[in-house]
Amino acid sequence: MDIKSTKNYLYWLYCQFELITCSYLMEPWEKLLFYTFNIAMLVTVLYTAYTFIPVHISTAFQFFWHLYGNQHENTVSVVK
Amino acid sequence: QKNGVSNGSLYKKTFIEHFEQAPMYVAVLTFLGFGVGTIFGYLRDFMRAWGLEKRNIATEREQQKDFVPLYQDFENFYTRNLYMRIRDNWNRPICSVPGPQFDLMERVTDDYNWTFRFTGRIIKNVINMGSYNYLGFAETDINALKTVTIELQKYGTGVCSTRQEMGTLDKHIELEKLVAKFLGVEDAMVFGMGFATNSMNIPALVGKGCLILSDELNHTSLVLGARLSGATIRIFKHNNMQSLEKLLRDAIIYGQPRSRRAWRKIIILVEGIYSMEGSIVRLPEIVSLKKKYKAYLYLDEAHSIGAVGATGRGVVEYFGMSPDDVDVLMGTFTKSFGAAGGYIAGKKDLVDFLRTHSHSAVYATSMCPPVAEQIIRAMKCLMGLDGTTQGLQRVRQLGKNTRYFRRRLHEMGFIIYGNDDSPVVPLLLYMPGKIGAFARRMLEKNIGVVVVGFPATPITESRARFCVSAAHTREMLDTVLNALDELGDFLHLKYSRYSKSSHPELYEETRFELED
Repeated sequence: MDIKSTKNYLYWLYCQFELITCSYLMEPWEKLLFYTFNIAMLVTVLYTAYTFIPVHISTAFQFFWHLYGNQHENTVSVVK
Repeated sequence: QKNGVSNGSLYKKTFIEHFEQAPMYVAVLTFLGFGVGTIFGYLRDFMRAWGLEKRNIATEREQQKDFVPLYQDFENFYTRNLYMRIRDNWNRPICSVPGPQFDLMERVTDDYNWTFRFTGRIIKNVINMGSYNYLGFAETDINALKTVTIELQKYGTGVCSTRQEMGTLDKHIELEKLVAKFLGVEDAMVFGMGFATNSMNIPALVGKGCLILSDELNHTSLVLGARLSGATIRIFKHNNMQSLEKLLRDAIIYGQPRSRRAWRKIIILVEGIYSMEGSIVRLPEIVSLKKKYKAYLYLDEAHSIGAVGATGRGVVEYFGMSPDDVDVLMGTFTKSFGAAGGYIAGKKDLVDFLRTHSHSAVYATSMCPPVAEQIIRAMKCLMGLDGTTQGLQRVRQLGKNTRYFRRRLHEMGFIIYGNDDSPVVPLLLYMPGKIGAFARRMLEKNIGVVVVGFPATPITESRARFCVSAAHTREMLDTVLNALDELGDFLHLKYSRYSKSSHPELYEETRFELED
């Protein structure tokens, strides 16, 4: 039963998306074009997020760590 | 949201109007929807221009390609690309009397609304929430139409002349006396067409050198009449008395634009009930303003005559005022009387002037006798002159239906515009995709509604407009309300932030004792 209500809910969400972006009114080939474009954009954004967010977060983390003490790495590099 | 009355003593009963604004995300998503629609519109135009797609709409001929382009403005763009996609919700042919239920001819489209064809089937007993049938006089009951059939056999159907030539029949004189008695004025004149009553008589009343102060949301007939007259037109914000007073003061202080002379006449054009908003005019304030600044008032009661007021005599009675306060009372017989045509009523001097100087009187064919008889019998029924109380019962039933319908819609959480007492109920839809979905799904449930979109309303505020009728029974209204409830949940239309009542059906507990 839970699967069914989840499926209904997802179908309802899909209907809302269709209504809000006027894809309910489009002809089938236009819908194909629109969804392809949207999915491509979404995949690009997700891939960018996957590739770049860990690097950005670790850089930001290092920066804050550097500000609040923990001089070990820093002294090592200076003394070198 | 109560409106605080600024002139507290003018209103004898509370004046409650709602114009709730939807949450911000709704406006954002509406613009998003229109944006996507516009992008695809440009794409389709491009494909049509480069021959990748067949052109179904009006285009210029080859020889006209070097002339100024004809179809590039926004209105044509909107029509080709957005209106065409949902065109099947308008111009639906019906094949029965537009009473509380009607029959619809089924039509399908093979090429996405460019052409339609009729399947031959008839959809029966569709509940009618769109016709202006406020008192339910659009009926085919033989007993009710007895006098109309007698007159039809006596006079035939055509008048074949204008009022000033040979077209004034004794039926017209009888009808005019009856209208004057109904409204409580000295005299009245009737015309064959309601739109033409406004557009042909305003030019006769005002001319160059006069000032017209017209409400923002006035009907096209008033706007056309005002423009044809040649007078200067200034617009005040909808039902906003501060805006009107400012315009009046400026008009009297500064006079005409270059010569600074006083205006020959200042006339205020308002409507009784505005059909797109469902709001009622603030008549007591306007009358006090007009008396103070010595202006004239033209009141168009197209939707309010018969529909508001304790005995159906319009907004003048609704506010408890005397009809002498309004200079020109205009109305139509199309909405509450089940006929066609319009009237102008007021002092005898005014009506005599119109009989000689109106364009309609000189050039337009007069009302045909069976239609005049229908109005006479409807008006006699309303006034109680036929010996029954049926007229009063109809007015009361309309009031009850209106209040019930509006209260239930508010409780469900829809955004409804307008005054609590007006039988015109606009339900806001906002997004363009929902306009088509709403109308189609309501038709699948056998309910016919009218949805309105961009050119008639502001671009973000598309709506479905319901017209409650005295002929609707409680069961019909309940059917419609249940369908609206379901559809409101499915399409997510319940944007109102104010009214969420405890839905009684959900409460299943039948025992109220404590459980041990």
